[in-house]
Amino acid sequence: MKAILRSRLTPLLALALVMALVPMIAPTSFHLRVAALVWIFSLAALGLTILMGYAGQVSLGHAGFLGIGAYAVAIGPARLGLDPLLCLLLGAVLSGLVAWLVGRPILRLKGYYLAIATLGFGVIVALILHSETELTGGPDGMSVARVTLFGWRVTGALNWYWVSAGALLVGALLALNIAASPTGRALRALHDSEVAATGAGIDVSAKKLAAFVLAAVYAAVAGGLLAAMNGLITPEAASFSHSVELVAMVIIGGLGSVFGTVLGAAFLVVLPQALTAFQEYEQAVLGLLIMVFMIFLPQGIVPSLRALIEERLP
Amino acid sequence: MSEFLQLAFSGLTVGAIYALIALGFTLIYNASDVINFAQGDFVMIGGMGTVFLMAAGLALPVAALIAVIAAVLVGLLLHRLAIEPARGASPVTLIMITIGASIFIKGVSQILFDKQFHSLPAFSGDTPIPVGGATILPQSLWVMGTALALVVALYLFLEHTLVGKAVLATAANRLAAKLVGINVALVLALAFGLSAAMGALAGVVATPITLTRYDIGTLFTLKGFAAAMLGGMGNPVGAVVGGLLIGLIETFAAGYLSSTYKDAVAFLMILVVLLFMPRGLFGSRAVERV
Repeated sequence: MKAILRSRLTPLLALALVMALVPMIAPTSFHLRVAALVWIFSLAALGLTILMGYAGQVSLGHAGFLGIGAYAVAIGPARLGLDPLLCLLLGAVLSGLVAWLVGRPILRLKGYYLAIATLGFGVIVALILHSETELTGGPDGMSVARVTLFGWRVTGALNWYWVSAGALLVGALLALNIAASPTGRALRALHDSEVAATGAGIDVSAKKLAAFVLAAVYAAVAGGLLAAMNGLITPEAASFSHSVELVAMVIIGGLGSVFGTVLGAAFLVVLPQALTAFQEYEQAVLGLLIMVFMIFLPQGIVPSLRALIEERLP
Repeated sequence: MSEFLQLAFSGLTVGAIYALIALGFTLIYNASDVINFAQGDFVMIGGMGTVFLMAAGLALPVAALIAVIAAVLVGLLLHRLAIEPARGASPVTLIMITIGASIFIKGVSQILFDKQFHSLPAFSGDTPIPVGGATILPQSLWVMGTALALVVALYLFLEHTLVGKAVLATAANRLAAKLVGINVALVLALAFGLSAAMGALAGVVATPITLTRYDIGTLFTLKGFAAAMLGGMGNPVGAVVGGLLIGLIETFAAGYLSSTYKDAVAFLMILVVLLFMPRGLFGSRAVERV
């Protein structure tokens, strides 16, 4: 039993099982859409899981990378006549490149100083998307062209459900493999002590930068999918509160746990939808729940539960 | 020249507000190592509370006093109900708790108050005072005067009273402070209460200029946090200088460069400063314990 709990493939299989079950029990296409949103935000948060959970580096501006990916898919086809799928890739490359350029200097900062630097980056990206009205449509955002995948027009909630689920599975597999790779071990080592990691021969700044770039690519792909599925994107996607939401997903589920990240994303995507009936109280309840979860499960949902189960097992 | 002076006046006014918020960050951080992302919401409580109490018929000083007391209560509750039970949690977890608190405060405020922008009448009229070719609004003097008075009062409190010295001792070394008989729990509560009071007072004097709404706290939190980091987290002088600098930078950027990108300029400056001084302007030199 403990071996199953610790196996690398368990979270992946559990995730695939949930993905297969949801369409059978989801009553309407609205529910499928929400589920697809969960997969997309999980993908974005997974990148942060690598950066924060494995490498221990905080980013409070990650929605900026999500915005870059989203606007690449919006601007490319509309202004340059490029294929949306190509733009998704270009957005990921661009986001990775920006992360590489920005990350090189700012990853030298530590703790709260890194937090304010990434936060500043996110604010600047959001401001550019907000203000360059001719390119981005300004605060009202812009509409996104429909995606054609090898001649197949991706429309409808069910199709988007499977596309986003597939993307998340690939992302999760990659994240789990990285965790078990020498790079993953190097990241966890520098998480615990940079000095010790350097002493063990790990190129700390290169590994940190790799995690940052990877996290930016995850966010950009998720942003591109989000824009394409919604058919509309606004600068809100890159806002500070969105960055905070991504961080909250990672922490509520359990820092460093892939399945926990999906759980955290599900929590923060589904909850506001479930609370729309009590629209006035939505924010208050959301804030209260975040506090309660963090106070009573400071390790996050999945690690706390796992510890509880392992304790009970012989 | 007069344009320069004009911009400097408004920059200092905004900067004084940021400085007070940054000082609030510093107080709480020094006492408890927590970065309180609900700091800006104290500003909102001060402003909105005063607006609604005045609408209920109270005079400005009474309304402001009650609003500040309300903010202090919120600060104390935040410490007692959210921070204290999570003692020993990781810094990221603590940040998330205060972010949750900030969302909660906004949520409750939009139910308790409303979702509109509100303002207060200027305390001593709207007649601009001419100074060296430029003009300054009386309310700006109120803001800067309040900030100055609070900074001086805080300095006197920390350096010249027994309780203040207990706060400083706790900030320097919590365990050692406990050993010499300082009631650390009381000091922590005091830090949260004082921070809330300073934020709320800033909110009261700033509202005639900046307006207020239930969600305006986020902006103040961002700027206050940025100011505290620019100065060097944990350094009160740094917090004040950082706040004034950010106020000046964004006002001059808005005046001479572009008003759309004033926030970008401010954050870009912080990035540049941190690259050369990774612990902020007044931060202590980084020494990592191995």
